[in-house]
Amino acid sequence: MSALPWLSLIIFTPWVGALLLALSSRASAAACRAVALGFSLSTLLIGAVAWTHFDSAAGGYQLVERYPWISGLNVHYHLGLDGMSLLLVLLTGLVAPAALLASWRVERDARLFNLLFLLLQGAALGVFLALDFFHWFVFWELSLVPAFFLIRLWGGPGAAPAAYQFVIYTIAGSAFMLAAFAAIYAATGTLEFPQLADLAAKGSLAVKLGPAWATAVFLGVFLGLAVKVPLFPFHTWLPAAYAEAPTGASMFLTGVMSKMGVYGFLRILWPLFPAQLHAASGVLLWLALGGVVLGAFAALKQTDLKRMIAYSSINHVSYCLLALFAVAGATTSAPAAAASAFSGALLQMFNHGLSASALFFCVGVLEARSGGRRGLDDFGGARTAAPVFAGLCGIAMFSSLGLPGLNGFVGEFLIFRGVFGLAPWAAAVACLGLLATALFLLTFWQRVFHGPVASGARNFADLAPLEIATLLPGVVLMFLLGVMPQLLVGLINPLVTAWAAHLP
Amino acid sequence: MNVAAQSLWLIPALPLAAAGIGALTPRGGRMLAAGSAITALFASLVLSCLALNTALANPAVHAVHNFAWFDLGAGAVRLGWLLDPLTAFMCVMVTLVGLLIFIFSLGYMKEDANFTRFFCFLSLFAAAMLGLLVANSLLLLFICWELVGLASYLLIGFWFHKPSAAAAAKKAFITTRIGDLGFLLGILWLYDARGTLLFFDGGAGILEHASLAALSGQTVCCGLAAATAIGLLVFCGAIGKSGQFPLHVWLPDAMEGPTPVSALIHAATMVAAGVFLIARVYPLMEADKLLTAVPVHALTVVAFIGAITALLGAVIAVGQNDIKRILAFSTVSQLGYMMLALGVGSWVAAIFHLLTHAFFKALLFLGAGSVIHAAHHEQDIRRLGGLRGSMKTTFATFAIGMMALAGVPFLFSGFWSKEAILHAAHALDGSPALRSFGVVGQLPLAIGLAGVVLTAFYMTRLVAETFFGSARTAEAGDVHENSAVMTVPLVLLAVGSVALGFLGTPAFPWLQARLLGEAEVHGHSLLEGGGLMALSIVLVALGLGAGWALYGRRPRAAAAAIDPLAARAPGVVAALADRLGFDELYAATLGRLSDLLAMLAAGLDRWVWGGAVNVLAGLGRALGLISQGTDESVINASFDDAGAGLRGTGQVYSRAQTGDAHGYLRVTAIAFVIIVLIIVLGGIR
Repeated sequence: MSALPWLSLIIFTPWVGALLLALSSRASAAACRAVALGFSLSTLLIGAVAWTHFDSAAGGYQLVERYPWISGLNVHYHLGLDGMSLLLVLLTGLVAPAALLASWRVERDARLFNLLFLLLQGAALGVFLALDFFHWFVFWELSLVPAFFLIRLWGGPGAAPAAYQFVIYTIAGSAFMLAAFAAIYAATGTLEFPQLADLAAKGSLAVKLGPAWATAVFLGVFLGLAVKVPLFPFHTWLPAAYAEAPTGASMFLTGVMSKMGVYGFLRILWPLFPAQLHAASGVLLWLALGGVVLGAFAALKQTDLKRMIAYSSINHVSYCLLALFAVAGATTSAPAAAASAFSGALLQMFNHGLSASALFFCVGVLEARSGGRRGLDDFGGARTAAPVFAGLCGIAMFSSLGLPGLNGFVGEFLIFRGVFGLAPWAAAVACLGLLATALFLLTFWQRVFHGPVASGARNFADLAPLEIATLLPGVVLMFLLGVMPQLLVGLINPLVTAWAAHLP
Repeated sequence: MNVAAQSLWLIPALPLAAAGIGALTPRGGRMLAAGSAITALFASLVLSCLALNTALANPAVHAVHNFAWFDLGAGAVRLGWLLDPLTAFMCVMVTLVGLLIFIFSLGYMKEDANFTRFFCFLSLFAAAMLGLLVANSLLLLFICWELVGLASYLLIGFWFHKPSAAAAAKKAFITTRIGDLGFLLGILWLYDARGTLLFFDGGAGILEHASLAALSGQTVCCGLAAATAIGLLVFCGAIGKSGQFPLHVWLPDAMEGPTPVSALIHAATMVAAGVFLIARVYPLMEADKLLTAVPVHALTVVAFIGAITALLGAVIAVGQNDIKRILAFSTVSQLGYMMLALGVGSWVAAIFHLLTHAFFKALLFLGAGSVIHAAHHEQDIRRLGGLRGSMKTTFATFAIGMMALAGVPFLFSGFWSKEAILHAAHALDGSPALRSFGVVGQLPLAIGLAGVVLTAFYMTRLVAETFFGSARTAEAGDVHENSAVMTVPLVLLAVGSVALGFLGTPAFPWLQARLLGEAEVHGHSLLEGGGLMALSIVLVALGLGAGWALYGRRPRAAAAAIDPLAARAPGVVAALADRLGFDELYAATLGRLSDLLAMLAAGLDRWVWGGAVNVLAGLGRALGLISQGTDESVINASFDDAGAGLRGTGQVYSRAQTGDAHGYLRVTAIAFVIIVLIIVLGGIR
């Protein structure tokens, strides 16, 4: 073990950057960007250090920091790292700097923009590392504030209603979750996830709450998480919010923030309420399938490329929940299928973070070249003028549609393998989502890049070095993780094996 | 032999490396990209020959090298390489035909601006195709299967500025993906049932006895054996990839790609991957063959799909006018013959025909490419004519290919491989299920024989219209034979189109014996089963004669002159030219269905789910009117509960609504970060 509080450093270093920016009111836009990028990169660096201290085979939480905070309330400052947290910290470390690079051309209030972005990054990291509901919820809610302003102040013409809907909808969901945890606290006197999970595993959480309250509390937590993910049909805030947000914020929203809800499902809802989740899994599987199938088909109908990718996000994140609900609903013990479903869900979170943020960036490039246009039919023949852009965007696209050899395939294959073993009919229905995804992504590619050169794509400049630098790390990882998934699987497999072994 | 299996990965890896080089080479580096592609494929050819040599030493052995790809739960996902005569013969064919087509492309694509990209994609294709052949895991096979699909997509759409090419590329990808989803479900089922996807794994593989016994013993819905259900799902993938009815519609459109691509991918190799797949998993496909109480056997379905496709492709080919489309429908038809062979119980006949077909169909496509290249991209056979004199090498080699395809007896390879299929369909030794059907069981044979006439007929028409008579347009008049880089591959392929047949004649069926793992070759006299052979020779003669009578004896006078067949039966020919309306049918049904589902999904989103949220929001607003500021306090309340640190943020939020966010945020952000830092530092101490 090391002496330094690595996890606190991961969370708070971006905030130190935010503080610096806040204090330096005279700094130039360029300086602000450089500072923000530097502090944003800290996550990847410190995350890598934490990785070297992390023993994936050991199991349990590592690099734990636990101190009494508000002793009268039994609230602890409690951070801990397991394979899932580490995976998401690394993802944040990759997506956040790319999103800042994508925002390099933001000139209006560059300092405020970068400051808010660092606040957002720190809050998201806090969610992935906090193990006491008290400050977990602080991070959870706090992430909304900078996200709101990023959408509201730098977003497109419809940004105001989109931002309000996003915030109010999410807060409404969170209010239920907060009330639910108040009840849990009243019944158990603790808010720490590991303790609560232990109680749940022994069956005493449900006893302490009583059957009616247990169901109500489950529903409260579920609502808060379902809106955040979002689970179909709580997703209506998402397309507008993602589409109206500035490119960098869209990248972070889809790459990282959409994982916060899935993380909550895996970290909180499933360990604390396995019986309730099992009982609800019949309905929930259908809701996840709704996201997978209807999300993909709705994307097929979009003419705004950002909305299309937003719907594709709903589709991709729903696969993660499909996997979880299939496991939760299993009536017979099938550890191999469960391990596959969990591994797939975790890999899918990472892979979707890479591919969806890359695709949002590509749409951002199109917007930057065309004075803000991003309609499906505004372009055409762009591959002639910008072959490098077309190639990199194509790789992100094929990663997103699950082409073998790229990262997306591994996660989706494992999810399908797991779901097939637990609920074969659900896997068969979900195949429709795979088909529709191929349809709309290839339509995107065909209309934008192929065909004769359209007026929108004449004078279309290929990627600048800065843009290549934004896109390339993700693209390289798509290849690397597609061929050598063990790089990530090694982090999570012991965790996943333990989860699968403890199924009823 | 296991050492050979261990280094088998080099065969696909070399072209993959060439693809990588090609991808990073700028447009100017033409010779680097083409050179590395050709060198790598040549090296793969040498390695494939060595592998074949090794495999033939012990033809009955399936040498494998398995390894863990990544951990999964308590186990791991394992992949592997496999060396046996089937893999080795296929590798030699793909690398040899591929190499000749690569060389031909040097000439054909000479003027293309994206020459380097072309060789990059070709190498990618070769790598994926060879990977598919050496895989000892259904998962690895599927991975490469999808990658050949990608290469096909990229190459069909190579001239992407043409809207028709871009549309054809998408259509191919989507149509094959429909089949692949069935394939994927079959893989998932197998994986779930057996816990592995390795073909051979020391007794534990899915093609080995224990697994087959378990799968054929297990009954699933509708009385099907699990093996039948899985086999049929896997076959869905073959239907898509190999252009079988009802998913054959993408293959003719794929002719939008450059002609060497049509030769390599959409005639000789990739489209035959479905046939290879079924041959590879043949033990699984026939695992149910001795079950009697099942409603259907997997191979019976394969036989009928193959027969329908064989006939359908041949019929439609009669009504096409584009030289490449005729060949494309001919490919559909010939792939149907191969499936038919698989279905009636003779996978070795299917592979024999696959190998001979690869040579003569590649030859025909390259010949067509040679014509198109010389005739300034004219592809309509009615607008060609008289090329016999000006393109002597092309004509001679094309004629050899045509005779091999039509099944002209004794000298040409197509005759022998087609005979093998017809004999298998007649004997039905490997298919007790079909045999028990009686007359219906002979239906595939009858259809196969009907296809023989049609094949000879449409090929005669193609050759007569293109090469005989006189040039009917300026394009056709001004042609010259192409350079050696294009004609030498034609000659070599023509040699193969003749010679390959002698590897598998009934008198000395060496190829079949080696594929089956037999060390001895048991031939029998040609007179055994000679009746069927005689019948098919008569049918070939009938087709050739009818074709010549209609198109050869009195050559077409002008490009616009009416087709002699259309003059006799205009309605039929129009329907055939329209490909029997499959595209329209699918657009009106499946296309409409997908549109409807998309509209439904988007509509639900907008009106139902979004509407419900709006109603809720409206209610909230109404309440707010009654009690001023409800909105605010509701929102802020949740912040308040979260603790003191959040109170400031809640104020930022309400303050922001007044529009004065900027200065305030700075103060709050500072305050907030300071508070949190104090708490954290306090906690740490």
